[in-house]
Amino acid sequence: MQDELNAPPAKLHIDGVSKSFTSKRGKVLALESATLTVDEGEFVCLVGPSGCGKSTLLNLVAGLEAPDTGSVMMDGKRVTGPGSERMVMFQEHALFPWLDVLGNVMFGLKLKPGLNDKERAEVAHYYLKLVGLERVMRASIHELSGGMRQRVALARALAPNPRVLLMDEPFAALDAMTREQLYADIQRINEARQRTVLFVTHNVREAVCLGNRVILFSPNPGRIREQFVVDLPRPRDINDPALAGLAGEITRALKGHTRVQSAE
Amino acid sequence: MKRFFIALTFFASLILIWHLLVKTGIWSPVLLPGPGAVGEYMGVALQDGSLLSASWVTIKRLLAGYLIGCLIGLPLGLMTARSQTLNDTLGVLALGLQTLPSVCWVPLALIWFGQTESAMLFVVIMGTLWSVLISVDNGVRNLPPIYTRAALTMGSSGFHTLRHVILPASMPYVISGMKQGWAFAWRSLMAAEIYVTLLTGYGLGHLLHFGRELNAMDQVAAVMIVIVVIGLLADKVLFSPWERFLHRRWGLNG
Repeated sequence: MQDELNAPPAKLHIDGVSKSFTSKRGKVLALESATLTVDEGEFVCLVGPSGCGKSTLLNLVAGLEAPDTGSVMMDGKRVTGPGSERMVMFQEHALFPWLDVLGNVMFGLKLKPGLNDKERAEVAHYYLKLVGLERVMRASIHELSGGMRQRVALARALAPNPRVLLMDEPFAALDAMTREQLYADIQRINEARQRTVLFVTHNVREAVCLGNRVILFSPNPGRIREQFVVDLPRPRDINDPALAGLAGEITRALKGHTRVQSAE
Repeated sequence: MKRFFIALTFFASLILIWHLLVKTGIWSPVLLPGPGAVGEYMGVALQDGSLLSASWVTIKRLLAGYLIGCLIGLPLGLMTARSQTLNDTLGVLALGLQTLPSVCWVPLALIWFGQTESAMLFVVIMGTLWSVLISVDNGVRNLPPIYTRAALTMGSSGFHTLRHVILPASMPYVISGMKQGWAFAWRSLMAAEIYVTLLTGYGLGHLLHFGRELNAMDQVAAVMIVIVVIGLLADKVLFSPWERFLHRRWGLNG
């Protein structure tokens, strides 16, 4: 149980990764030679307008897609497919409606060898408590609010103790109040159970609030343009003026890249 | 409890209206027997065992054919949903045959199997199979891809994904398809029983048919009522628990 809760976070190394998709209008280069290193336990936010390849990069790290060129390495091992050491939290919650809240959190745990059912239940309870949903563990998914669903999705992603957590705009569909609450929760939880996190968003303030580092993408083709280190003390409040100042600076940089792109 | 009494009052009033209509004497009692006469027939037929044995024969045929139809239709539906080639071939065939009223299988079944239980079984299977196949296919096809992607990232793959994600996720479709399959099977069996006399066992359809031949309207009405009651019970016993589950989990109106 202790070991299960304390596996160390992982180091990610993304090297010269390109990925294109074939659509009706022909071949689209979604991501062009992206190189990025993420340190153990680092919280890195990927920011950019839609079509800039940030979600593609996340899917490549998840192993849901394979890169055309380049490689994704986790702790020196090449990523060749999905694996429970890299959990994904999707924009839509992707919870299973046929299972209750506890059943959803247990799904990934049941696929983890080396645990007995009692230990699995303990782990599930621990994470449901961490996201503050222990009292609704027997509820059906459709009975929960949007924010509660994303909390369950977070508990489900954290429970099998992944070494990397991949979050794909997990709060985009939520209202502002709920989002602010979740920013606080994410920071608190990451303090308690530090993971290596890749967090995709198009919301610059959200990125500055959560990330140790913010990586800026530009579209057509998707490229990594610039990065910003966020050195603000934690826990951060999204309404903090210093945070807003940095977010403004990043937004200006983002606009610059997008304008250069559209002038070409 | 309140709902039960409302339903009870409704059916009691229905019988009362029926009784009063017969009492007026507008129709000959040969054409429209009263609830008393029908009840009397039912009592006699229950006592001599003919009604129960006929019901049992019919239910056995129905369950056997239905189960086989579901067992064949479920995997075939999974396969047509996953393979474009199978969908273009078997899928189109299934869609075509599903539109064929299942009573149309009866002449073919008689030529192939003669007046045997196999003919009955065949008709019921044909009534069930195609609609189950098509709804499973639909269910799996309309599955949000995010479910299988999420399952993949949690370490699920292959048969585990099929068993623990694809099948439960398509359950709303599968249940409604099985329900439709049940309705088709029930209708086709009744048609077959009215149409074909089998020496190996008289079902409710036969009883209905004999009622007509003897001009025994009380028997015809009583057997029809039994058929309706069996249909209702099947719905409540076989499908209501599943629909309640769907309603609770998905929040759907089952």
